[in-house]
Amino acid sequence: MMPPLIRILDRGSMIFLIVLGVLTVLVPFLNLVFPPSSVFHVPTYLVALFGKYVCYAILALSIDLIWGYAGILSLGHGAFFALGGYAMGMYLMRQIGTRGVYADPILPDFMVFLNWPELPVFWYGFQHFPYALLMVVLVPGALAFVFGWFAFRSRVTGVYLSIITQALTYALLLGFFRNNFGFGGNNGLTDFKDILGFNVQAQGTRAALFAASCIALALGFLICRALVTSKFGKMLVAIRDAEPRTRFLGYRAESYKVFVFTLSACMAGVAGALYVPQVGIINPSEFSPANSIEAVIWVAVGGRGTLTGAVIGAILVNYAKTTFTSGPLAPYWLFMLGGLFVAVTLLLPRGIVGTWQWWTERRRASAAAGTAPRAPQAAE
Amino acid sequence: MEASTTALLYLNGVNVSFDGFRALNNLSLAVEPGEMRAIIGPNGAGKTTMMDVVTGKTRPDNGDVVFEGQHDLSKLDETQIATLGIGRKFQKPTVFEMHTVEDNLMLALKSDRRPRASVKWGTTPDEDGRINRILDTIRLTLLRDRPAGSLAHGQKQWLEIGMLLAQEPKLLLVDEPVAGMTDNETRQTAELLKEINRDKTVIVVEHDMTFVRELGVKVTCLHEGTAIAEGTIDQVSENERVIEVYLGR
Repeated sequence: MMPPLIRILDRGSMIFLIVLGVLTVLVPFLNLVFPPSSVFHVPTYLVALFGKYVCYAILALSIDLIWGYAGILSLGHGAFFALGGYAMGMYLMRQIGTRGVYADPILPDFMVFLNWPELPVFWYGFQHFPYALLMVVLVPGALAFVFGWFAFRSRVTGVYLSIITQALTYALLLGFFRNNFGFGGNNGLTDFKDILGFNVQAQGTRAALFAASCIALALGFLICRALVTSKFGKMLVAIRDAEPRTRFLGYRAESYKVFVFTLSACMAGVAGALYVPQVGIINPSEFSPANSIEAVIWVAVGGRGTLTGAVIGAILVNYAKTTFTSGPLAPYWLFMLGGLFVAVTLLLPRGIVGTWQWWTERRRASAAAGTAPRAPQAAE
Repeated sequence: MEASTTALLYLNGVNVSFDGFRALNNLSLAVEPGEMRAIIGPNGAGKTTMMDVVTGKTRPDNGDVVFEGQHDLSKLDETQIATLGIGRKFQKPTVFEMHTVEDNLMLALKSDRRPRASVKWGTTPDEDGRINRILDTIRLTLLRDRPAGSLAHGQKQWLEIGMLLAQEPKLLLVDEPVAGMTDNETRQTAELLKEINRDKTVIVVEHDMTFVRELGVKVTCLHEGTAIAEGTIDQVSENERVIEVYLGR
């Protein structure tokens, strides 16, 4: 049951997909075809950096789906991102084989170091890429399903839900820090060599990973867009604005929330899985509550409930972060980030894209009616 | 559960108390299929609490709440009760403000309520027809594309009645449908409810005595959580107790 594309894509979405499509091809092309001396050359470090931004954009998209449309403010979405990342990291660790420092064909270095006699059961199967991919989606999805099932069925909403999502990611942070948890403790997983037989450091692999991230973003965007334009999406907005009312109409609001929360967690997992080979490491700090809050700020800056806004917000804020944290202003970055959030909340509550949509809508409405503009409507 | 009854909705000896305050006190009420019943009574008489009990928002401390002689409503939640065919319009109109009038009705239309069934786009011609008929009935055809939040108060009340109709319930609970309406709108609403009553059972809670008189149906007067009088509007308004506690002399 596929919806016609024309039904799910508005003008903004089309422009977004076209720009994304051009970048998917252009960046790897400029990196691989032109020699480093050429003005058209895109350096490999930038390809990896852009790839990282795209992964963040996928995470932001997953947050916007639940926050912007269903009103679920998760302050722990970094947990699902990190779980996806760990699943990919486990695959990459198993690929190292005898090239590790201790040259053990089965055990990753940290297990040899900790005198583990054999591979723990939950590491089985991760040498196979398809199995790892399955886990990338399944593990965050399963956790989100169980968490959501309990939380939404007990009708935990609003700030209480945000706090327990925060607790969830913090609990995982503490767990993953422990050496006996089996995921490399404090150091996490790193020193990766190959992915699908290709060197993760190689220029070509980086370009391919960038393109793969862009394609994942485009697919994620299409799925979100299809969902929010369907009756399901309209129901989500109804639940966001008047949850008790939906129950008296015979809808089980919690089922809708569990469904969308699980889907969102799966997307976050994919983002994490694409992120890890590009940055070369995954460690427990990815679970830190501050990361999840930062991701929420990206969405707020771009405009929640707009999807494209989440992507733009993620890229803009991270670009600013890269720029400022590498210059003399580095010590002040967190102040700037905090200031940005306050400024957006006070001055631009709809975010960048939300404000743009509101403004064009208003102009169109007043042009069409020739009367005073109606009360503002946030994104559908 | 009680012995079988012909009543569509049957309340027997229902008690509800909140922190010692008895909102419903041994309330009994039977509404026959196809009937329209008006419930009147002073503020705090338990009218809204009674609706809360019937729709699953509040659980009774004890007593029977039976629908169609077989469903014990005191054991079901809001969603299950709505699915059985009991629709409710709230005192304060609650529509989905962000959605258009049409989408509000579309979401209310009787359908498979499960998430996976709602992953679909657009409406079928059959659904369009049902939506159009309701828009006609509630006189909002011209405003179908307007966000519900921008409607006037009376129009929101009607939209909510329209949403009730879209659910195709067997029993409609309508809480203060004419609050804040002009005389003209009140009259039209009375007509609308009478029209709905042709094939559905309706319970209306209302303060507006002119409106209740206009409906011309059996009236129950509640006071302190108990039914103190029942009968035609004339019988009820001549009842000594009703005059004393509600209508005034």
